[in-house]
Amino acid sequence: MQTASFRTSAKCLLALLALAGVVGGAMGLAGPPWAEAQAKPAELKIGIVSFLSGPATVFGVPSKNAAEWLIEKYNREGGIGGVKIRPVYADEAGGAEKQVAEFRRLVLDEKVDLVIGYISSADCLAVAPVAEELRKLTVLFDCGTNRIFEDSKYKYVFRTKAHQVLDSVAAAKYVLSVKPNVKTIAGINQDYAWGRDSWESFRRAMLKLKPDVQVVAELWPKLLAGEYSAEISRLLVAKPDVIHSSFWNGDIIGLVKQGAPRGLFSQSLVVLTAGEHMLQDVGKDMPEGVVIGARGDHWFLHNANDPLHKEFVDGYRARYGRYPIYPSYHMYQAVAGVKAAYEKAMKAAGGAWPSLDQAIKAFEGIEYRVPPGRTMTIRGDHNGIEPAIMGLTKHDPKYPFAILDRMMVFPAAEVNPPLGVKSNDWIDSWKK
Amino acid sequence: MTVAVVILLDGVLYAAVLFLVAAGLTLVYGVMRILNIAHGSLYALGAYAGTSLVLVYLKTGGPAPLMYLALLAGAVVAGAIAGPLVERLLLRPIYGREEVVQLLVTYSLFLILEDVMKLLWGVDPYYVAKPYAFLGTVTIAGVRYAWYQLLLIAVALATGVLVSLAIRGTRLGRMIVAVTADREISATLGINVGRVYTLAFTAGAILAGLGGALVAPLISVAPGISVEAIVLAFAVVVIGGLGSLEGAALGALIVGITRAAAVQLFPEIELATVYLIMVAVLLFRPRGLFGEWETRRI
Amino acid sequence: MRGGKALPLVAAAVFGAAPLVLPGWVTFLLTLAVAKSVMVLAIALLLRGGLVSFGHGMFFAAGAYTVGMAMKWGGMREAVVLTFLGVLAAAAAAALLGLLIARYRGIFFAMLNMAISMVVYAVLLKLYWVTGGTDGIGIRTPTILGVMPERESLRLVMYYFTLVMTLPAFYAVHRFWTSPLGFALRAVRDNEVRVEYMGTSVARVIYAAYVLSGALGGLAGILTGFSVGHIVPDLAYWTTSGEFVFVAVLGGPASIPGPLVGSIAFEFLKSYAYKYAAFTWQMTLGVTMLAIILFMPGGLWTIYEGLARQGRQWRLSWKRTG
Repeated sequence: MQTASFRTSAKCLLALLALAGVVGGAMGLAGPPWAEAQAKPAELKIGIVSFLSGPATVFGVPSKNAAEWLIEKYNREGGIGGVKIRPVYADEAGGAEKQVAEFRRLVLDEKVDLVIGYISSADCLAVAPVAEELRKLTVLFDCGTNRIFEDSKYKYVFRTKAHQVLDSVAAAKYVLSVKPNVKTIAGINQDYAWGRDSWESFRRAMLKLKPDVQVVAELWPKLLAGEYSAEISRLLVAKPDVIHSSFWNGDIIGLVKQGAPRGLFSQSLVVLTAGEHMLQDVGKDMPEGVVIGARGDHWFLHNANDPLHKEFVDGYRARYGRYPIYPSYHMYQAVAGVKAAYEKAMKAAGGAWPSLDQAIKAFEGIEYRVPPGRTMTIRGDHNGIEPAIMGLTKHDPKYPFAILDRMMVFPAAEVNPPLGVKSNDWIDSWKK
Repeated sequence: MTVAVVILLDGVLYAAVLFLVAAGLTLVYGVMRILNIAHGSLYALGAYAGTSLVLVYLKTGGPAPLMYLALLAGAVVAGAIAGPLVERLLLRPIYGREEVVQLLVTYSLFLILEDVMKLLWGVDPYYVAKPYAFLGTVTIAGVRYAWYQLLLIAVALATGVLVSLAIRGTRLGRMIVAVTADREISATLGINVGRVYTLAFTAGAILAGLGGALVAPLISVAPGISVEAIVLAFAVVVIGGLGSLEGAALGALIVGITRAAAVQLFPEIELATVYLIMVAVLLFRPRGLFGEWETRRI
Repeated sequence: MRGGKALPLVAAAVFGAAPLVLPGWVTFLLTLAVAKSVMVLAIALLLRGGLVSFGHGMFFAAGAYTVGMAMKWGGMREAVVLTFLGVLAAAAAAALLGLLIARYRGIFFAMLNMAISMVVYAVLLKLYWVTGGTDGIGIRTPTILGVMPERESLRLVMYYFTLVMTLPAFYAVHRFWTSPLGFALRAVRDNEVRVEYMGTSVARVIYAAYVLSGALGGLAGILTGFSVGHIVPDLAYWTTSGEFVFVAVLGGPASIPGPLVGSIAFEFLKSYAYKYAAFTWQMTLGVTMLAIILFMPGGLWTIYEGLARQGRQWRLSWKRTG
């Protein structure tokens, strides 16, 4: 009898829970989501979306940290034209469908003024049309796909960084400068869009710059495979002069852990185009003489004396105990870009708080200062361009991890396609 | 020639990893007829516990070879705690229920353990490379291999032999066989079926944990490793035949060698090899290579 | 009996009026829930025959990707035609696979479905120049009977489109359930051999249920694709399929409204878990699931049935005294 009554009460409880969901939703009833507010608002509410769980947390948390740090700094200094910024954080894990639902919730339920977010290219591609539908300013801060602005046009969507082609092209140029007599190349990339696109751009650029180069192996392990014994054996048998990899997260750490003792990194010149983010994780186990890219020029020792850069690196390190990595810089570029656009629009409007259209107009073609002390440019296609750096790993007693030696900086114009030209067409158009 | 040797060796190396991941899953199914979807989470639990213990141990500055003991101890402790807890609290109430209910209970457990591990260990990757690099390397057929990889083959072999000896040669093992064959008759013969179940599930959890701990020095231990592990373990066990330890070993070898051959000869299909083998085997022997045919009950 | 007849009418009124009073993001969740309830219905159909599929995500993906490809490569925009095409493709896939899969039961049925869906997942990933790989395919706003919805009313239109497309699915299952095949399917669950002794081909019964469930899965994938606007290979991943089984049990597979109730409860549970437990939403789902399995084996719909029974008794006793 007791169990029966317990069951009944448990049933009632669950029924109430289910009802609470529906009723709670109904109570969130409100007016139209996009009212134009010309009077200065009490605060600027920004939805900030990055991975807080799952394998991409290694990017998500450092970028969330940067947002937290920078927004607090801006608010201390008076916010944007006197308006304080209020961030609302959300988890990017869960796939494209969840992100579309979450975007709607942020906009319609939380009533954010704009959204900054998205590390995964699939999420960027899925959310962009929804941003258009809801007419909400959305700043993509980290995803790398070149498809987004090359295949479609958006009014409300911006990306405050360069796309994937930058790393691949810079890597090819850097390889040819440190190893001009390269004869054979191989690639080991994760079998999904990012890995495929990265290798395609790198291979194209290499063959264009040095047509006698031969591709001896193209390996496609599964994303998150973790175990690369057979791939490493294949690369050890093929003995290419140069190995290209766009691995990231745990996979890049696995490759270094398993490859280093087996001599992979001493046999070939290995290029890790996203390698900057794991140097602090791997520490002294990182082999020397490996080419490292930073998805732009995001490296804490680059231009280290610039006051803006120094403030960021020191402030971030003091608070989180680590140096910022490239996703942190990308987040900085996004938040700073929003501030710059709003301030530019206010100036144009004679000090009045800008409407959404004014803010968007100001965002197009804007130039503003970001770490490591350079100008960030958002072009007319809503996409940013950046310079890139490449360097070779080297251990320094001052740091508990490898730092970059023989660093080269590639100006933005050298590693980003001209406005309106598609990436692959641009590489194909290079003159030998 | 070199390529053939390398394929074989890489295949066996990968098979060792696969077998360690899958052995616990097939053991639990064999005894309890429960397909444990949370097996991957127990694997991750072992990886986290083993890695943490090694990191703690390395900080104390003790003699390096003992870190392998720390690695194993972490996994065993994790399995020995989680195993009985899960069996007593979650599985016991549902033994009489349908298969789908049992699958869903372990699926819920998988969801819960994902977050429990996040709460215990955070989201930053755990990194320990020393156990892998410490033993040095050996050159076979012109290719350098880490001794640790070869050690994994030995451990996988030893695990397989020990578990099957324990099942065939000990009193407990024979009780397990009896319970597997017929639960009710075993109970009338005076076997404490509940205790056998607890022990079998704990053994499975420890095996899963060991798999995780032994693979941990190769990989970066971070959220998300359980989902990958469970798919691989399922594939291997389904190919070999659910509940059969020999089957798991054979399944691991087939998948391992095929994947190694794909990497050397036709890397485009690497991602799909496991699934393709699984479907191919299921088409011709739907109960797996070592699976038994059940009689239909009227 | 009165409750049984009134119920569909009440449901129609509630669902028809819902988006007019609910805020936009809730309407969107409701659209998703209604779309996916068709898949849950398909899972529930099989469950009632004692079969559990951990791979129905492949039909979900089959429907969605047929639409995605027809849009991307065929330039088609008409929602009704696309839906028809997608359902046809999913049904064809189920008819083909069913020849093989319908022979198995229990864990083997579950695993074989999962294995094949993982192959589908791998194929969607691998053929990335066709399918866009992990980046997926964007589903543009379709025209509905030649009319392109306005941006302001788009969500409302998509909601009603989803709702209308869902009706035949529920009706089809209702008809199947009350047909001889439906009764045979129930009997298969209890004792397969006896069904054969009665002269009914078990293989045929299961095959029919499987093809119907595949077609329903495809429809759910299409409707979800339209409302989300983007499809990715994850639709065929085993965790997606696991979620559907989860929802079927949550709602209660033993009734027609159960899947709809489960689907709505699940979407809101998820959304609130993201909002209030961003770090532990998986645990929230797991604990809810365990609670339902252990304390409410019939699923959420049994709450209604319990209340309805009590209501009837109360009415009876009131009549007697009055």
